[in-house]
Amino acid sequence: MLFVFLRKFLLVIPTLIGASLIAFALIRLVPGDPVLNLLGERGGNPQVVAEMRAKLGIDKPLAEQYWIFLKNALHGDLGDSIVSNRPVAEEFWSRFPATLELAGVSLVWSILLGLPLGILAALRRNSALDYSVIGVSLIGYSMPIFWWGLILVIVFSVQLGWFPVSGRLSVFFEVPPKTGFLLVDSLLSEEGWSAFVDAVKHLVLPSIVLGTIPLAVMARMTRSSLLEVLGEDYVRTAKAKGLSWFRVVYVHALRNALIPIVTVVGLMVGALLTGAVLTETIFSWPGIGRWLVKSVEARDYPVIQGGVLYLAFLIVMVNLIVDLTYLWIYPRMRSRT
Amino acid sequence: MVLGSGWDDGGKVMKITFVFSILFVLILMTVQVQAAKTFVYCSEGSPSGFNPQLATDGPTFNASSHAIYNTLVEFKSGTTEVEAGLAESWSISKDGLTYIFKLRKGVQFHSNALFKPTRNFNADDVLFSFNRQRLSNHPYNKISGGNYEYFASMDMGKIIKDIVKKDDMTVEFHLSQREAPFLANMAMDFASIFSSEYADAMLKAKTPEKVDTDPIGTGPFVFKSYQKDTLIRYTANPDFFNGKPKIDKLVFSITPDASVRFQKLKVGECHLIAEPAPQDIDSMKSNNKIRVVETEGLNVGYLAFNTRRGPFVKKEVREALNMAFNRKAYLEAIYMNRAVLAQNPMPPTIWSYNEKIKGFDYNPEKAKQLLAKAGYPKGFETEMWTLPVSRPYNPSGKKMGEMMQADLAKIGVKVKLVSFDWPTYLEKSRKGEHQMIQMGWIGDNGDPDNFLNMLLSCNSVTSGSNLARWCNKKFSSLVEMAKQTSDIKKRTELYKKAQEIFKEEAPWATLAYARVFRAMSVDVVGYQLQPFGSELFEKVDLK
Repeated sequence: MLFVFLRKFLLVIPTLIGASLIAFALIRLVPGDPVLNLLGERGGNPQVVAEMRAKLGIDKPLAEQYWIFLKNALHGDLGDSIVSNRPVAEEFWSRFPATLELAGVSLVWSILLGLPLGILAALRRNSALDYSVIGVSLIGYSMPIFWWGLILVIVFSVQLGWFPVSGRLSVFFEVPPKTGFLLVDSLLSEEGWSAFVDAVKHLVLPSIVLGTIPLAVMARMTRSSLLEVLGEDYVRTAKAKGLSWFRVVYVHALRNALIPIVTVVGLMVGALLTGAVLTETIFSWPGIGRWLVKSVEARDYPVIQGGVLYLAFLIVMVNLIVDLTYLWIYPRMRSRT
Repeated sequence: MVLGSGWDDGGKVMKITFVFSILFVLILMTVQVQAAKTFVYCSEGSPSGFNPQLATDGPTFNASSHAIYNTLVEFKSGTTEVEAGLAESWSISKDGLTYIFKLRKGVQFHSNALFKPTRNFNADDVLFSFNRQRLSNHPYNKISGGNYEYFASMDMGKIIKDIVKKDDMTVEFHLSQREAPFLANMAMDFASIFSSEYADAMLKAKTPEKVDTDPIGTGPFVFKSYQKDTLIRYTANPDFFNGKPKIDKLVFSITPDASVRFQKLKVGECHLIAEPAPQDIDSMKSNNKIRVVETEGLNVGYLAFNTRRGPFVKKEVREALNMAFNRKAYLEAIYMNRAVLAQNPMPPTIWSYNEKIKGFDYNPEKAKQLLAKAGYPKGFETEMWTLPVSRPYNPSGKKMGEMMQADLAKIGVKVKLVSFDWPTYLEKSRKGEHQMIQMGWIGDNGDPDNFLNMLLSCNSVTSGSNLARWCNKKFSSLVEMAKQTSDIKKRTELYKKAQEIFKEEAPWATLAYARVFRAMSVDVVGYQLQPFGSELFEKVDLK
């Protein structure tokens, strides 16, 4: 087990170098210059542009730039953002808790709802409930996020006034950032419970929007995976032995059906951490996705390189956890890996 | 598949989940937030920082220079006229090369957790603010990246020869050339005045970057905190030299999507919103809780012909295309009639605008004749680059491109529409790779030089902002002469002549001067729209 873990952990290093190289090369392959972007419509005479490029160090040969980036990264320095002039690490970690909080809540509710829905649909195959779950999850999966978000805002914020339109906390609460997670910081602040409730209210609509697709995927995946397992001989044997429905489904069938589900959850975590751009835009959520997209638009090289490296690291870690979870769920894999 | 009655337990789980969800929503709804007298402005984007010397974008200027800082001279609210700011008065030497500023006495800098000022504003602060940007050996020059984009692109490093402190309250700027727009430049954001005492203290503490992240100014609002991409908080400066602002707290709630800003205004989460979407204006006007204000903008949207490529070398071709465009139709479809037809390369809000000049009328027949005369009786094939970003001067480049394409097809000119993302668009156009390109300009300082010289002179071909790559010696010398004199009457005359040459040579098709809009709660009083599109909150109040 330890050997498996170490082997997988060592694979992280080439993966990260590969990811950083791809991010470094791709952003430089596309045309567009960070300095000209900063100058916008006004431009600047060639000498000014050259001086600015030299200050940013982007006038050096590409190999040298990459070597400097790699060397500094190994010392924990990912450089400064071209736009904000602040260290990339500071910029990343000031936004990451917001992303993690939203992604976490979205994932939790999509699993809590998606898993039982998928199980129910599988158990009552071809019933009205089954068709409803399939239908609703299909709609959820194909819903344009931007439209869905705005509809929820118009109905629940503007018409009914139940939830705030956007942001993480009402402007009337001044919660000093301690952990960056508002659900925690609000409880630690002087305003305590009322700030916490306000933070939860702000989380409801964005997490519904962000969790919609994972919920749909979760329900469908659970349904199909469980159906497949329920048809297996050992399930029939278990039923024939007179075991209770609970044991058959939850102990025998579900455990084996969980393998593809855990894989999907792992992939969803990656998608939730990086792909929340639209949700973050609609709800003015200060997360990583929007920040990275803005950085690509501005050709903010250090942010893209550094941000991708951080995210790659986190996703690799999630995958590692998923792999270890397989071993826990499915002991036979221990000998295969 | 029949699996027995126990399977119904799954349904119970769902019911319990449902009941808990409803309870949860009810608890949330019981907590109400009590509002203090706080003004909430929903801005369109995050500031890149809090030092206006290091920025070029509106959100940064609104969050820094307009709220926290002052300049020696300032634009009178609602106009482009220059008035006293941190300088009480100023004089210009006869040769136009020396500007003497008498500084305002008794102006206090803000304080924060890192710094308490021990003295009032004086000449050292002026020297620090400019020397940081112009002297490469200044201890602050390289801090926070050290790219002073505006200062550099306005050529201020070359224009300012020296800055001399005559006494604590008098500063002299010596210029290397006569520069009539200099005073207006001094009212721009990059000319904000920083505390040299704070800078010294931070240098001593080995945290010089704090000057840029934890700003200390003299302005109407004191910076409190910034939660990235979410909120910026300020409190009113009780010692502000023009009197304490009427609101106690100012909050910028960063909301990048225009339709979301509108929804927030509707439910009272914002008092004022930035850049309302043109398509929402009618709906805003019909809402009795919302007030929409508008003013003429300081901008121009245009299509530049690359005068160094293909058929556009010929003046007749440029004129013909100008006549082929049904510009009034664009105003209706693209700007929803919230713009004025542009006749000149600068808007009528700027002095020296030549009102005698009328743009080209829509006349496809005459356009065909002109094309034939130029040697293109059957038209030609070309490319048009459409603006990839939405700007007040052109809200929808693609749609505009499609309408222009249809108009040009009528005179036999086949246009292929091309677009890139914004940085690529800028880079390629600076190299002159385009044939026709949509662009626009929002004025910086209300001076005609900022349009005519910046966008159309021979010098601006090399700097890249002259996208027509049009170098007309006569036009350039008129603009240069106008820059060299401070006599407004003479300057007006020269700029009017320059506009005539522009009309004769037609390097652009001028499209529109877009109006500027803001939407706010009816409770807001004392708000005045600025022609530059900037936000000033010192006189704003809530009913």
